[in-house]
Amino acid sequence: MTALRPDLAAIAAAVPHGARVLDVGCGDGALLAALRAEKGVDGRGIELSGANVAAAVARGLSVVQGDADTDLGDYPTAAFDVAILSDTLQAMRAPDVVLTELVRIARTAVVAFPNFGHWRVRLSLLLRGRMPMTATLPVPWYATANIHLCTVADFRALAAERRLTVARATFLSDGRDVTWGANWRAAQAVFVLQR
Amino acid sequence: MPTDLRFGLDRRVTLSDPLHLESGARLARVEVGYETYGTLDPDGGNAILICHALTGNQHVAGADPRTGRPGWWERMVGPGKPIDPARHFIVAANVLGGCSGSSGPASVDPATGRPYGMTFPVITVRDMVRAQAALLDHLGIATLAAVVGGSMGGMQALDWAVAYPQRVRAVVAIATAARHSAQNIAYHEVGRQAIMADPNWRGGDYQIDAPPVAGLAVARMAAHITYLSEAGLTAKFGRRLQDRDAVSFGFDADFQVESYLRHQGLSFVERFDANSYLYITRATDYFDLAAPHDGRLAAAFAHTATRFAVVAFDSDWLYPTAEARRIVRALNAANARVSFVELASPHGHDAFLLDSPDLNRVVDGFLRAGE
Repeated sequence: MTALRPDLAAIAAAVPHGARVLDVGCGDGALLAALRAEKGVDGRGIELSGANVAAAVARGLSVVQGDADTDLGDYPTAAFDVAILSDTLQAMRAPDVVLTELVRIARTAVVAFPNFGHWRVRLSLLLRGRMPMTATLPVPWYATANIHLCTVADFRALAAERRLTVARATFLSDGRDVTWGANWRAAQAVFVLQR
Repeated sequence: MPTDLRFGLDRRVTLSDPLHLESGARLARVEVGYETYGTLDPDGGNAILICHALTGNQHVAGADPRTGRPGWWERMVGPGKPIDPARHFIVAANVLGGCSGSSGPASVDPATGRPYGMTFPVITVRDMVRAQAALLDHLGIATLAAVVGGSMGGMQALDWAVAYPQRVRAVVAIATAARHSAQNIAYHEVGRQAIMADPNWRGGDYQIDAPPVAGLAVARMAAHITYLSEAGLTAKFGRRLQDRDAVSFGFDADFQVESYLRHQGLSFVERFDANSYLYITRATDYFDLAAPHDGRLAAAFAHTATRFAVVAFDSDWLYPTAEARRIVRALNAANARVSFVELASPHGHDAFLLDSPDLNRVVDGFLRAGE
């Protein structure tokens, strides 16, 4: 998995060999293709953008153009071993519902998202009084698809409230692992959840 | 007549066994007109069946011997195309009920020595698929690498996966639906009534030299509108006048769009049989894959091991994206390996027949993934 972005590598680490995987918001299928090549997974994807779907299908992946907010209900319960939600949670209209759906569809959900509690984000608001733009949040407020940003602590609270077990959590900053003070220091978080 | 050395043009086979039709009728000595292209692998694993739309035929990538026009899907099928005779053994057959070499109402009933006319049994999409399966038996093809079709061809492709799940490894269903909607049936009924209102139709027993061309042309004109989009018509014709500077205050084809439609109607009657049109439109009206399962489409695909690619076009209002999504939802519920994409095009339903690099890219990638 050396070619993968650090956050994608952290996701891939949570996927067992030969697993049945659903990647929700799979983009052009880069992660699914890597998981197929290196872990022999049986992968499926959902993706909003038609151009991305075309690219993923051209890679030989089974990807459906659709909206995670509305389409997850079509999937049977426990149809997958792992459901992945990579950099997508914060763009959902109902992230809490999507999380619940993920752990219904799959035994394990892997959720990666940008941490809005990162110190650069906090500093940007505190000192400049401006909506933050960082490496993981590069789009200005008026153009971003991110409507439900959260911090590591927010996410833990939601998981606890919905009685989801955090099997593992990995935190990243500039591609390196963050081992302490994640809510301040992590730019990205990767949670492995189970029902 | 043009010659095409790549294809065995005008191949025909008379099926050895009678076809048992969904209606309960039995049809003996069924002829199937077909073409093949490429070479069947020794293991028989590279066969692709292409299913044509309502008024298509088996001349998918070679010139039509009757009209001299190029094959109807040369953009998709041919050397260097997604479906490539260098890699695939390609089979395309005229549907049962058609008028391009397969048994249909214009064929001679062996029992009477006269054309069937309206004594031809009413057929369904499943019957078309069964006739194709019998053709594959004749050709020694046990399983298909893929069944590919658009519009009514897509219905056949979907039905293949339901009727013969063990024989189909992949399905490409383009600009299609798993059922005919009330609006689909309504437009077809307009066409049929136009044909049957033509005095030359004579209850379907028309003279070979005096077919109901006026009715069939109107049927085609009405149908042709459904293949286009409002935006496409506006862009192509607007309110522009045909060969004149002002309206004629009469009922000539003042507008370009009228002239165009009249031309579509007139050229259609030269190549299509009116009774065939009645039977084939009826077959699609009867199509509803969920009907045997109390309306649960997912049940039709239960336990399928076939891979599916479903493609819709955003301006197609004949088989709109919502119908494609219905298929995809059912396939997801059945845990099938399905891909789905809605492609952008201004051309309406006809988009699948026109130049679409995105469509080719999707079909190419999907087929290669199974090879």
